[in-house]
Amino acid sequence: MDDHTNQDPGGWPDAIFAQFKRAKVRQVAYVPDAGHTRLIARCVDDPDITDVVLTTEEEGVALAVGAALGGERAALLMQSSGVGNCINMFSILHGFGVPCLTLVTMRGEYGEFNSWQVPMGSTTEAALKLAGFLTFRVDVPDEVGDVVGACCDMAYEGNQRIAVLLGQRLIGRKQWVKR
Amino acid sequence: MIDRREFVRALLVDRGGLIVVTGLGSSTYDVAAAGDHPLNVYQWGGMGGTLMVGLGLALARPDHRVVVITGDGDALMGIGSLATIGVKQPQNLAVVVLDNGHYGETGMQASHTHAGIDLVAIATACRFRDAIEVDTLAAARPVRDLIHKSQGPVLVKALVKRDPLPRVLPTRDGHEIRVRFKAALGA
Repeated sequence: MDDHTNQDPGGWPDAIFAQFKRAKVRQVAYVPDAGHTRLIARCVDDPDITDVVLTTEEEGVALAVGAALGGERAALLMQSSGVGNCINMFSILHGFGVPCLTLVTMRGEYGEFNSWQVPMGSTTEAALKLAGFLTFRVDVPDEVGDVVGACCDMAYEGNQRIAVLLGQRLIGRKQWVKR
Repeated sequence: MIDRREFVRALLVDRGGLIVVTGLGSSTYDVAAAGDHPLNVYQWGGMGGTLMVGLGLALARPDHRVVVITGDGDALMGIGSLATIGVKQPQNLAVVVLDNGHYGETGMQASHTHAGIDLVAIATACRFRDAIEVDTLAAARPVRDLIHKSQGPVLVKALVKRDPLPRVLPTRDGHEIRVRFKAALGA
């Protein structure tokens, strides 16, 4: 997938990881994404978390259904473009009445240089809402841990479909030229 | 060519704790016709997702065997899942594709497998431990044993007749399927 900026992401990926551990997330599925690089690496290194690399994001939705039926908690990491790949598969979350937590790194918004990212990025939140997700947006690093923790509880304890949108302002703008 | 109902019935003999995930359409009817069971996960939507539901279950429950029983259309729509399963190499997951080369639910239009696209070769390329084709009912017994004993992901392509069969409809209430499944699993 596309790169985000190479600037230091700060501590928020670790704050997400800490919430995954607290909530006993056992399966983490992802399509490689620069914004989630550090979080993915932490999950891969954790012996209690099974990481599943996907060819397309909708696979992760179906994986989360299987995990939930088997009694495990799964989280799905994706970029906003991946949300569009998932729309029909989201329906089986409702069919079986199982939870889903997805963390979405945003493109196509604040400071976007690539106009091709805008059609999906600008409609990601609306698409998630139409698909029955509750959405929570974070643009400030210090708020990431609290929001993700609350969303873990709502998803896994409250059996909801929850998406956390990690804004482009949080992640940092992609650099057009490598420095 | 195999009678799909008889084949599936033979696969599920003495199933023990075997978890069965079905793809939407005919494979759901075939599994239901073999006898309803609380460890059956019937799907009525999400075409292309059946193999990944199976992977999520296989990873969550290494203490159980998991078999996905689905059609060629569903397997083709989720074809990237074969690569994803190949990466994870689950020891307890089997995939049985009932391949009639056609889309049964929509009017029997030809599928890619009818044109010679070979799911066995694709599964082999995706590092499945075993990937085989069968075309006789007698093969059901060894395939059943493979489902219960294989130490790695396995895919079986069963060439089945495309004769229309009466629909055998299990519950479409996914919440009921979930509740009874988790109770049976102790999950």
